[in-house]
Amino acid sequence: MAQAPVVRLRSLSKHFGTVHAVDRVDLDLYPGEVHALLGENGAGKSTLMCMLAGLYRPDAGHLEVHGKPVSFHSPRDAMAASIGMVHQHFMLVPTLTVWENVLLGGGLPPLLRPKRAAAQVQEAAQRLGLRVDARAQVGDLGVGEQQRVEILRVLMRGVRIMILDEPTAVLSPGESEALFATIRTLCEQNCTIVLISHKLEEVRRAARRITVMRRGRSVATFDDPMESTARELAAAMVGEEVSLELHRGEPVPGDVLLEVRQLEVRSDRGLPAVRRIDLQLRAGEILGLAGVAGNGQVELMEAIAGLRPVEGGDLKLCGQSATRLSSRQRAELGLRFIPEDRTHTGTAPSLSVLENMVLRRYRGRGPWLRLDALRSRCQQQIEQLQIATSGPEQAARLLSGGNLQKVILARELDPDQARVILALHPTRGLDARATAQIRQLLLDARRTDPARGGHPARPAAILLWSEDLEELLALSDRLAVINAGRIVHTVRHGEADLPTVGRWMTGSSTEPEAARAD
Amino acid sequence: MRIELRPRLRVSTRLTLVTSAGAVVVALLLGGLLLWAAGVDPIAALRAIFSASLFGGAYALSDTTVKATPLLLCGLGCLLAFRARLWNVGAEGQLLLGAWAATGVASFWLPPDLPAPIMLVLMALAAMVAGGLWAGICGALRAFWGVNEIISSLMLVYIAQKLLNYFIFGAWSEGGFPLTPVFPQSAWLPRLSDWAQRFPALSGLTVHLGIVIGLLFCFLVWLLVQRSVWGFELRVLGDSPRAARYIGLPVERRMLVTMLLSGALAGLAGMVEVAGVVHRLQDRFSPGYGFVAIAVAWLARLNPWGVLLGAFLFAALLVGAKEVQPGGISMMLQGVVMLTVVAGDFLLRYRFHRAPLQEAGSGQELDS
Repeated sequence: MAQAPVVRLRSLSKHFGTVHAVDRVDLDLYPGEVHALLGENGAGKSTLMCMLAGLYRPDAGHLEVHGKPVSFHSPRDAMAASIGMVHQHFMLVPTLTVWENVLLGGGLPPLLRPKRAAAQVQEAAQRLGLRVDARAQVGDLGVGEQQRVEILRVLMRGVRIMILDEPTAVLSPGESEALFATIRTLCEQNCTIVLISHKLEEVRRAARRITVMRRGRSVATFDDPMESTARELAAAMVGEEVSLELHRGEPVPGDVLLEVRQLEVRSDRGLPAVRRIDLQLRAGEILGLAGVAGNGQVELMEAIAGLRPVEGGDLKLCGQSATRLSSRQRAELGLRFIPEDRTHTGTAPSLSVLENMVLRRYRGRGPWLRLDALRSRCQQQIEQLQIATSGPEQAARLLSGGNLQKVILARELDPDQARVILALHPTRGLDARATAQIRQLLLDARRTDPARGGHPARPAAILLWSEDLEELLALSDRLAVINAGRIVHTVRHGEADLPTVGRWMTGSSTEPEAARAD
Repeated sequence: MRIELRPRLRVSTRLTLVTSAGAVVVALLLGGLLLWAAGVDPIAALRAIFSASLFGGAYALSDTTVKATPLLLCGLGCLLAFRARLWNVGAEGQLLLGAWAATGVASFWLPPDLPAPIMLVLMALAAMVAGGLWAGICGALRAFWGVNEIISSLMLVYIAQKLLNYFIFGAWSEGGFPLTPVFPQSAWLPRLSDWAQRFPALSGLTVHLGIVIGLLFCFLVWLLVQRSVWGFELRVLGDSPRAARYIGLPVERRMLVTMLLSGALAGLAGMVEVAGVVHRLQDRFSPGYGFVAIAVAWLARLNPWGVLLGAFLFAALLVGAKEVQPGGISMMLQGVVMLTVVAGDFLLRYRFHRAPLQEAGSGQELDS
């Protein structure tokens, strides 16, 4: 590169306890480049960037911006140096509107003129190709929309070096394209983008340079991503050749376990979210729901789980009418739910790993709690799933996202209990190894497999929504495409490819966002 | 060398005990310092307080136990609500309502010649229902309409006080004095001094059956919160209502029931106080037990046996207050204990860690 780097990181280190989260990492960022940080979960990518964004203070090493050494005490300092970060976990105030969130902490004038401010935010959003409703309340938005608000907020604060932490995790292919188009526009204006990701293909396409991190160290930098193969990148990432292959097995569809007829459900804002959906789900199959976030997937799942009122239609669970059953009664019939929100719905954060692991089977005889009897079982699952924890007594809130998800899965996929499993983003944000492990768990849960414990396990039926289309295509025995609360297509495994499904998802009437953003 | 804070991965029971005990010790030291600054001999003052309460022989201990009883019951009530993160700070009002209902049963609504066991059980039940419903108002408001229970429970204390005044000064007043007629003997909780004729050593020991009731409920609450499914679900609910709903708990109903039980325990404290100590309803019979109980439950870190210990500590400060001048010293100590307990929370969440500086630890400065 002929130009001088805008940011230089030299020998940066950060420790958490005995863990070397980031260990003497050097990194140069040049103006106008998209630099990808590739690595598995826990490789230290986010930690490294949090130091650049002023969230963590380095234990050692130093940073330079425009050739001048800097030390950030807060994100505000970093922001003043035009460095901003969009986090995986959103930092939005759910009770405020989009425009309030965007202007909060920097852009708010002393005298608020709500109409004008909202219009200003709306206009900026359109200019940047980010589809958001500036007047909507953030708590009502889906994850994909919330992320666009985050990006908008950072951009409107004059950030020139933007760090995106796993930005496409919550986006549909069309939205991802729009995001990359936005990124390209920004780069043309000499902005620098750091893309934290573990998606090989995406990184190869979008990045100009790639730095691969593994266990806190920077292990390789690829100056020309298109020249390097996915295999090379994967090897650098994992450090060894690992089998990420899935064993689908031959599923044998059994009885209908879940039947949904003419179901109608409303969103939090009271708008129709699910419009007369019909579904049939058999034991031994995974039905994938393909759709852009906010098209009724969450509402559909919640309504089936009994966590959201049904406006119309019927539900049958294991042959029994379930429309009027409480969520607990449905759970007793074998309904299990892997929720979108791991930290406050899927787990109780201050309770221990053990207590969270047994949330579906803590009832002993009569009114008495049984925890001690389940401790060894919990210990066993911790080892089996390689959950990184100091032990069953550790508070769940101190687990990383991936390990927390393993706790939830261990509980919800329990072959003794689970008959119908609703899974929302089961592998979001997890590293390659954990993802492969969890996908295999899902595939196995629908099989009569001697590997699943000693008993003749009953095959479960799984309804899956994931924003990762490749994952959906790989796992689903059948795929239903959902758009605006309706199922618009249903295909069998292998009958449709990714671009086709992507087109169905956005609906033939809507042009992909990319076209407009360009 | 640099000191860092690291989150604790797990908190042992022992650490919890040490922290709470440490908080009390630090509070006494700080209190002593304040006394010394005010020109009082701190050692003499503390000695006066504790020799008049915990360590002053049978009479002192008996007096302290009498004060500890309502604190224990109210503290248990607070504990239940706090475990579900329902901040019932109105135990005082629930206690007053309990005392009112017990008085109604004893002196006005039932024939006075009922056998004592029946009379006492009915008084206790009436008190628990009254206290429970009083707290239940806040519970229902919170569960179904999202009304903040801190505010509603606190405000209901003042309403309870005014309501009681109406009866004490008006409807139930004895000859216009601010007290009701003395209960019939059947409505008196047995005291140790009742047997003084046979065992002269017991004369003057006013400790009554209430402490036994308190211990019984202490055990019951322990069973409930530590060993039962219900208690576990209470913790899930308190920690994350969304997780509770997700595993299928009827969240609103649980909130309401928890507040009902919480208030029932405080109401029982009111019955125990009027039936065991004053034997009538009178103005200002409670020195704010319901408020002190909040501190007791917190000091105990929501452990029932801890509430027992905390009740005795705060009872000692209440009894000791009469022995030292000015009486505010004891109040001041209560406040300082509260502060150190809250501060101690920090030590339960974090631990200090000595981190050696890296070779290039101050790289920013080195380079400039």
